[in-house]
Amino acid sequence: MEKFDGEAGSILVNELNEIIDALRNDINKPPLETVAYEIAMLKNSCKTAIKELKHWMAPEKVKTSLTTFPSSAEIVSEPLGVVLVISAWNYPFLLSLDPVIGAIAAGNAVVLKPSELAPATSSLLAKLLGEYMDNSSIRVVEGAVEETSALLQQKWDKIFYTGNGKVARIVMAAAAKNLTPVVLELGGKSPVIVDSNSNINLQVATRRIIAGKWGCNNGQACISPDYIITTKDYAPKLVDALKTELESFYGKNPLESKDLSRIVNSNHFARLSKLLDDDKVVGKIVYGGEKDESKLRISPTILLDVPRDSLIMSEEIFGPLLPIITVDKLEESFNVINSAPKPLAAYLFTNNKKLKERFVKTVSAGGVVINDTSLHLAVHTLPFGGVGDSGIGAYHGKFSFDAFSHKKAVLYRSFFGDASIRYPPYTKTKMRFLKALMTGGLLAIVNAIFGKS
Amino acid sequence: MNNTGVEIEETVKELRQYFKTEKTRSVTWRKNQLQAILNLVHENEDAMSKALYQDLGKHPVEAYRDELGGLEKSAQTTLNCVEKWMAPTKSHIPLVFFPAKGEVLPEPLGVVLIFSSWNFPIMLALDPLIGAISAGNVVVIKPSDQAPACSSFLANTLPQYLDTNAVKVIEGSPRVASIVMTSAARNLTPVTLELGGKCPAIFDHLSNPSDFKMAVKRIVGAKWGTCSGQACIGIDYLLVEEKFSSEVIELLKKFIRKFYGENMIESRVLSRIVNKQHFERLCNLLKDPLVAASIVHGGSVDETNLFIEPTILLDPPLDAEIMTEEIFGPLLPVITVNKIQESIGFIKSRPKPLTIYAFTKDDTFKRKIVAETSSGSVVFNDTLVQVMLLLPHLIFML
Repeated sequence: MEKFDGEAGSILVNELNEIIDALRNDINKPPLETVAYEIAMLKNSCKTAIKELKHWMAPEKVKTSLTTFPSSAEIVSEPLGVVLVISAWNYPFLLSLDPVIGAIAAGNAVVLKPSELAPATSSLLAKLLGEYMDNSSIRVVEGAVEETSALLQQKWDKIFYTGNGKVARIVMAAAAKNLTPVVLELGGKSPVIVDSNSNINLQVATRRIIAGKWGCNNGQACISPDYIITTKDYAPKLVDALKTELESFYGKNPLESKDLSRIVNSNHFARLSKLLDDDKVVGKIVYGGEKDESKLRISPTILLDVPRDSLIMSEEIFGPLLPIITVDKLEESFNVINSAPKPLAAYLFTNNKKLKERFVKTVSAGGVVINDTSLHLAVHTLPFGGVGDSGIGAYHGKFSFDAFSHKKAVLYRSFFGDASIRYPPYTKTKMRFLKALMTGGLLAIVNAIFGKS
Repeated sequence: MNNTGVEIEETVKELRQYFKTEKTRSVTWRKNQLQAILNLVHENEDAMSKALYQDLGKHPVEAYRDELGGLEKSAQTTLNCVEKWMAPTKSHIPLVFFPAKGEVLPEPLGVVLIFSSWNFPIMLALDPLIGAISAGNVVVIKPSDQAPACSSFLANTLPQYLDTNAVKVIEGSPRVASIVMTSAARNLTPVTLELGGKCPAIFDHLSNPSDFKMAVKRIVGAKWGTCSGQACIGIDYLLVEEKFSSEVIELLKKFIRKFYGENMIESRVLSRIVNKQHFERLCNLLKDPLVAASIVHGGSVDETNLFIEPTILLDPPLDAEIMTEEIFGPLLPVITVNKIQESIGFIKSRPKPLTIYAFTKDDTFKRKIVAETSSGSVVFNDTLVQVMLLLPHLIFML
């Protein structure tokens, strides 16, 4: 088992250039992003799994109670069986292999179905996994809707799907037929609240927002900041800061920047264009808005004061557009967030301790980050996954191992310590003992022995 | 409460509104509700026993042992621990992210739905409720309509004890349930499914006669003493080496007589079959001529009282329904193997059961069972105790 994770690790070392090229072909992803967010994360996953595996696999002893004395009990992690991983196109390498690492660590056989929307990576995965891994238990099936439907008709012991809510419903309905448990890694509109009253370092805040939004696959990431909420009077200051930093990152002509991914395909390009063409956001663009259809590029775009019933505010953006919602008082932003479906992530920039606490307590999201964006994804001691519309289940680190394991309850008893009161014929005395035992302390038991109730 | 679609929708809407007030998130609210469940169980013991007798002919001692007592314990434990469970767990953050700290914070899911079943109609409705409340959720309970007395007890009594803005009971037919079920995927609602399966008991040869006796005793108590075999973790069939099978069967018969007497219907110790439909299902299992021929004990049925005698079958055909479907009743097939180790292969060639029981003193065999088979749980040398919290050794000493 350790060997396979090790082999997954050596793919990353030996085939680095091929991986970078595939991602450049599929979405023009900047090599540094590929190395930082896909390769480095995967290496860490492998290393953690190899290092911790023995520890994760060990049965966990649990306490048993007086009522089952004498006995010992443990929770044994066992593989589920044959699992299916369906991954996405935006981080086609990471989102394919990270779940596979968890599945292997937990001892399962795996079929991986990479996204057909990142074809170069899909065929590279098929090739590399064929070369490096044990093909008797790890396979890649390439294909689109037809192949995926055929896969979903099979009986799996777990289905791990990364993608959108529409397909997730199809996956879950297919899984329900065989009572197959699912992990669904979806997205949602992840908000960023910027506090205007607590004297935050605005430059650092904007840089971190930009890094999470445009610096992660040009907004095409499930945990990208989707929109910003801030107060009316502070918004212009925030917009200025964003403009300055964006220019220092991507220059005066961001459409030409090599440091930004392109839009994955013409369907998504058209979808994003439609969001900008919505009548309700006319005149709201305060930065960017340039498009180049032939190259599938859209420049980083900021929209100020968009109405909440606009198209751009009613679906996950998944692209380089960043609307800003303004409120009179910052507290109102909690209502804005909570009246929408639960997002995958929620971000808050503030120095106000009370506000932090209130945010953590009130806002329900897959993960919450204070004073940064997207970083929780890389912390393998935190579970990564959604809640409500943003998904079911979680993974990363030990949570990946758990996601692909069954926790088997094991109880050891000896033949010593048997009593007649659990067996019929039932009598009043037996009832009295039973009650004393199950609810009372020692005194009640003693009382029961002497016939006092 | 009536169960038309519109009214249910309205109920859920109200519950969701109430959840948004954040009242159910507070420790105080959770503790108050848990205390209320404790009071409810404590003050309504007779009413619940009566309802259980009415629905299932369940003996009060059995009702207390398997349902009410367990509930009190569960509510009390939860009440003691809920504050600790709610606390966030700190996560270790790798140095690269310095300065940062991380935590995992449990938060309520929102509006949750509990379907309970008819075999433990009080326990299986209120125990999940305890969990849901302790996590700060608002809840709809849909009790099984096949245990109508318990269902209406819950519908009438829960509102007297619990926050009615947060906990609602909706009675109705299973059709309602299946409608709600199919919508789970549509709404991406996560589900916990507590099901059953054919739970085997592996019976290794126990050289010590008193161990042997105790093992058989525990099997008889668990198979027939828990709602007459109508339990999800009840023993479905027994695996035993051929050369010991007659010895095992003789002892099984002996303890059946000892526990349940000669006149079992009158003695009221054994639960009856829940309804006519299940009664017929069980009778049909026995009708297959090859199965009928394999009956070595019992087999008599009483339709008016919905009673089926504890029945033992020796090696019924493996392709007969009694060996392909979950039995969920007082019939116990004994399947013989040459070597007891073969039982691992036998179990693995079938769907994963909820529980595997194994009576053995052989540690290598124990390890093999844990490592090679897959099931919800494994219990060595006892039955049902994994959930039923039975006896301590104190009583044994008496």
